[in-house]
Amino acid sequence: MDLSLSEDQQTLRTAFAEFFDKEATVERVRAAEPLGFDQELWAKLAGTGAVAMGLPEEAGGGGATNLDLALVAEQYGRRLAPVPFVECAAAGAILAAAGATDLLGGVADGSTLPTLALSPPRDGRLPLVPAGAVAEIVVALDGDHLIALRREPGPRPRPRPHVAASPNFGSSPLADWLLTDGERIELAAGPRAVQLYEVGVSQWKLLTAAALGGLRASALELGVSYVKARQAFGVIIGSFQAIQHRLADLVVAGDGAQLLVYEAAWARDTGQPEAAALASMAFLFNADTAFRTTRECLQFHGGYGVTLEYDIQLYFRRAKAWPLALGDPKREYQRLADLAYPQSGPVKEDTVKDTGEE
Amino acid sequence: MDFKDVDKLAEYRQGARDWVDKHVDPAWAEQQRTSGSYHTPELHALLAEQGWFGAGWPAEYGGTANDPDMAAALIEEIEGAGLHLDGWYTTRMIASTLLRTATEEQKRAYVGGALRGEIVIVLGYSEPDSGSDVAAAKTRSQRDGDEWLINGQKMFTSTAHRATHVFMLTRSNTEVPKHKGLTTFMVPLASPGVEIRPVYTLGGQRTNATFYGDVRVPDSARIGPVDGGWGVMHVALVFERSGSGSGGGRRSGPSLAERVASWAQQTRRDDGTRVYDDATVKERLARIAIDAEVSRLLALRTAWISAAGGLPGTEGSETKLFSAESAQRQHWDLLDILGAEAVLRREAGDAPLTAAVEEAFRRGVVGTIYGGSSEIMREIVAERVLGLPRVRARN
Repeated sequence: MDLSLSEDQQTLRTAFAEFFDKEATVERVRAAEPLGFDQELWAKLAGTGAVAMGLPEEAGGGGATNLDLALVAEQYGRRLAPVPFVECAAAGAILAAAGATDLLGGVADGSTLPTLALSPPRDGRLPLVPAGAVAEIVVALDGDHLIALRREPGPRPRPRPHVAASPNFGSSPLADWLLTDGERIELAAGPRAVQLYEVGVSQWKLLTAAALGGLRASALELGVSYVKARQAFGVIIGSFQAIQHRLADLVVAGDGAQLLVYEAAWARDTGQPEAAALASMAFLFNADTAFRTTRECLQFHGGYGVTLEYDIQLYFRRAKAWPLALGDPKREYQRLADLAYPQSGPVKEDTVKDTGEE
Repeated sequence: MDFKDVDKLAEYRQGARDWVDKHVDPAWAEQQRTSGSYHTPELHALLAEQGWFGAGWPAEYGGTANDPDMAAALIEEIEGAGLHLDGWYTTRMIASTLLRTATEEQKRAYVGGALRGEIVIVLGYSEPDSGSDVAAAKTRSQRDGDEWLINGQKMFTSTAHRATHVFMLTRSNTEVPKHKGLTTFMVPLASPGVEIRPVYTLGGQRTNATFYGDVRVPDSARIGPVDGGWGVMHVALVFERSGSGSGGGRRSGPSLAERVASWAQQTRRDDGTRVYDDATVKERLARIAIDAEVSRLLALRTAWISAAGGLPGTEGSETKLFSAESAQRQHWDLLDILGAEAVLRREAGDAPLTAAVEEAFRRGVVGTIYGGSSEIMREIVAERVLGLPRVRARN
């Protein structure tokens, strides 16, 4: 057991903390609303090598681990960077795993942006594809066919968005894609298609969890600094027990949420059998903790919390919106139950030992 | 990073199981359950005599050459057989505290005695009028030549009726702020003037109220400086919060939630549907799995800091807070899932899971109270992690 980051990982984390602090300022985040995409930032991020860092080296990527990706996603989440880092990483990884390296040209330099549809097509339409408004390629599962829809090539860089964005409170570049919106490329069929897709969605959950973890940490900092400064009844409101205890619970849940992300990333990197269950846990727990954190910290802002002028609302909206891309989290809880309690056979009650303190 | 659950105990488990089969009388668990005394002297003596308590401790204070991993595996197997080792847990906590706070002579006497099983130490912190506010202790210690006279009352002195010493927090000075007038002692429970009365609890455990009337102890029983007891307590409380668990390791048998899940997968309701196929059941079970993993990870972090030689202060508090709170949520949900029969006691004969959930529910209630209540844990996190001002006035 070793819960410390290696020197390389610490360097990576620091480098991207600095990058997003400098490039994804709150002014840039606000300026990118409502679409939620900043072309210049995307190009700069590509310039750092981050956009393709998780792709295999032969596909022009950096061969980064899931833990590396999670560390970058955390920093990206901290600054609510208006770029689809997570979607691009997950979709790119599916394409690479499917052997579609020809589709990956242009990913590393940011000119081709792949994303993935989290729902199957309905009536010829992929609804609310995350980053769908700004992507050139959408990976989707159509029945048991893994497909990529590619918009026809044009001059680069092409102006984004290409597809009409669906206005949403998360300021995410969501868009519906018709199956006719691009050239349909078959990547795999049958069980392999389903497996490639599920492994990709699992990575999306993991990296979204990491991003939500970063978002949560920043929101908590905002909340804590506010309650340390704001006075009521002649004292700072951070001296009230009702506020302190709720913040303390958020710290504890937040530490647990971060450990879950790191564990899930490690599990995926090292091929642990519970990797999928852990990614699901990391997703659900980070979604829950991030939203609870932003909600509490908004509440502690009092009336200012609902004004657009204060930044906490930026976090609050995204904390709810980002996980919703996967649909009702209650369904994910049910999927997790099947992973966490496999129905391999009954526990023989007569052989169960009394485990005492539980 | 490496989260590998090195079950470094894996290779010891079979040996530990064999040891339990050979040495543990199956009647002991039932005796503990019905008496509520979570200390079996025969078992304690046996573990000490075979050198298992001394495993991994410094040789000069009674440490043995026994393999600490085997000792840990043994303890887990013994717990798995439904036995508690409360007498050893409190003894170990205080022995660990003494290693950092006591004089050379005291370490040899108390730690050595503890590891040999001759000394069983219980905790004397809480009083009728002070629990979480542990520094408000009123039990008086007054110097009398080379001796001290102790007068007062302690509450929740669990295992005192089967122990040899109580590690006691006393008020030695009433003229100074409360944290500065405390002194700690190792008080022999056989001393004249000590009285022990049972107190029975919701979880089935017997604890005690203990009374001290003109109890005399030599100055050599004093731990740490006169009026310096708060410093000693600081160490003791960290060991209490970070201390006794199995260090984040995965337990060997199925967890309570896994047993309920398996039950739900096999059980049909009146309308013919499987309990497990109820989406709300699945959701609750999934939440429990997440909480359990988070508890495990927080404990793993505490263990990792300890293993690196650190003293996990706030991390221990966080672990204690989350695991105790989430364990209770788990018990409530598991009872609900079991339905009407969940209330049945073991004596009913047909309780689901032999009443394991019902018993865990009643036992778990104390988890958010003892060893520092959840409210105290939150206060520690708010102050020391977030740097928020102390709510209470210092006095």
